[in-house]
Amino acid sequence: MKGILKLAYKLLVNDKAKFTALLVGISFAVFLMIQMTAMFAGVLKRASATVFNLGASVWIMDPAVQTVANTIGMPDYVLDATRSIKGVKYAVPVYSGGALVKLADGTYQAVTVVGLDDTSLVGRPQLIEGKIEDIYGENGFIVIKDPEFPKLGNPHLGTEFELNEHRGVIVGIANVASSGLFGVPTLYTTYERALQYIPNPRFTISYVLVEPKSPADIPHIKREVQALGYLALTNNEFVDRISAFYKFQTGIGMNILIMTVMSFVVGLSISGQTFYTFVLENLEKFGALKAMGTKSRELILMILFQASFTALTGYGLGIGLCALLITLAKLRLPDYASVITFGNLALAFVMVVVIAAISSYFGVRKVLRIEPFDIFRG
Amino acid sequence: MPQVAISANGLSKWFGEGEARTPALRDISLEAYFGEMLYIVGPSGSGKTTLLSVLSGILRPDSGSVSVEGSDIWKLGSDQLADFRLHKIGFVFQDYHLFPRLTTAENVAIPLILKREDWNESIGEAKKYLEIVGLKGRAELPPVKLSGGEQQRVAIARAIVGQPDILIMDEPTASLDGDTGQAVVGFVKQHVLNEKRCILIVTHDNRIYEFATRILKMEDGRLTGIEKGGSA
Repeated sequence: MKGILKLAYKLLVNDKAKFTALLVGISFAVFLMIQMTAMFAGVLKRASATVFNLGASVWIMDPAVQTVANTIGMPDYVLDATRSIKGVKYAVPVYSGGALVKLADGTYQAVTVVGLDDTSLVGRPQLIEGKIEDIYGENGFIVIKDPEFPKLGNPHLGTEFELNEHRGVIVGIANVASSGLFGVPTLYTTYERALQYIPNPRFTISYVLVEPKSPADIPHIKREVQALGYLALTNNEFVDRISAFYKFQTGIGMNILIMTVMSFVVGLSISGQTFYTFVLENLEKFGALKAMGTKSRELILMILFQASFTALTGYGLGIGLCALLITLAKLRLPDYASVITFGNLALAFVMVVVIAAISSYFGVRKVLRIEPFDIFRG
Repeated sequence: MPQVAISANGLSKWFGEGEARTPALRDISLEAYFGEMLYIVGPSGSGKTTLLSVLSGILRPDSGSVSVEGSDIWKLGSDQLADFRLHKIGFVFQDYHLFPRLTTAENVAIPLILKREDWNESIGEAKKYLEIVGLKGRAELPPVKLSGGEQQRVAIARAIVGQPDILIMDEPTASLDGDTGQAVVGFVKQHVLNEKRCILIVTHDNRIYEFATRILKMEDGRLTGIEKGGSA
């Protein structure tokens, strides 16, 4: 069997023009499919950045909240009621909102302000400069050193700015797992200071972050919160909710889906047609092999091997090309939101397998229909 | 008394449907023996190639039987029939059907590779047969770099590398000039034919009749006569 596959391999790769055309077609299709879905995955990851960064097990929010950025304030009693639910280890408020800061040079810059619970600082970022306790100092803010950091003029400890005519001072520089989607820097401060600096409506709690005593308590907590008229979601559920919003309610998901399907169709057209032509050109040779005593299943195996080999090689090249381009893009554009996930790879793999299957199907049909007698008749 | 290699009885074959149905073979019976070079000759459309295909297990007859070395090949299943062709028959096609993307040695090694023999050993064996057919030093060339006569020799090497009992040659001189054609068939007679092998040749090139043991004449799907060949 190894010899027959080697024969199939040589028949394929020695036809350099066809093999190159096949590889270009599949690689390009894979590249486009992965690039499209990686961009979308990057957008989704960034859209859920706050969820990843604060890292709470359960999030309580207004049921109308669709994304982490568009918060709806909740009254204080929600926090108190949550703390009294059986199975809650602790519950803390968090504030998340947008604001404009005036920099030392007089320019304004939009920022996201996250206000952490004053007592526990649950969800605090990992400091790389400064001390966490300085956040309690007068006007203390921690700035996140992410790709948006330069937009604040590359601040350092002690850098001052204005926020709604309040003085702010950078007392710490920190890292977070993921930067946000909207291209604005992030400042962390205490919950109370955030309320003090940023004008707010009557209800001020953006989210209540909950840590259950055990994962088994989560369903009960969710039911109790629902009874209050609010929504409790686990970390992953909240990420899924945000993803669903961007996928189904913004048009981004549909556009990406259309582009991905088009990439698939392009790949299928190029490689399917080229592979079919390759089989047609070798049809008499396959007929001769049949006459010489090759069984139909061996011919099918040869064609499937050729299609699979081309598809997998093209798949590898497409991934490599995409990874290279994303890496290069990130060197030049730190904000570039593209992430190759296992999901992207699996989706592209399934599509490549479908391309290989459809391409080989027509070739196999043709080869099975050829009669060795036709070879004799010329 | 030479041993019977192929025995055919009452072979008939029709092509087409309804009013377009035409006979290709009509009640043909024959025997071919080991050690002979049996020619099947006749005008175009007389049924020569059809007969060759039926005898070699490629085309199923509508009626009649074909026994090769005593076993009825048309009672075999499709896989068994493929195995029969692989192990018992060597084919030299009219257009050679060499693979242009493979080297000459790889082309010759194909029957051994199909028999699941080791790739390198098959190539080694193929090179020996290329030497036998006078193409030493051409093993690594693609067939398209060879002349028509050389390609024909490659096709012969491929047909005999698996040491088949029966060699089928379809119009072996059709693409060759007179001298080359005679040289190729003469070579086959001298080096390929032996007491354990039967060679069937379909041709209408009377310049090579001198090499035949017997000549079967066909017309309109019927055997119209048997003559002794030039070497009988």
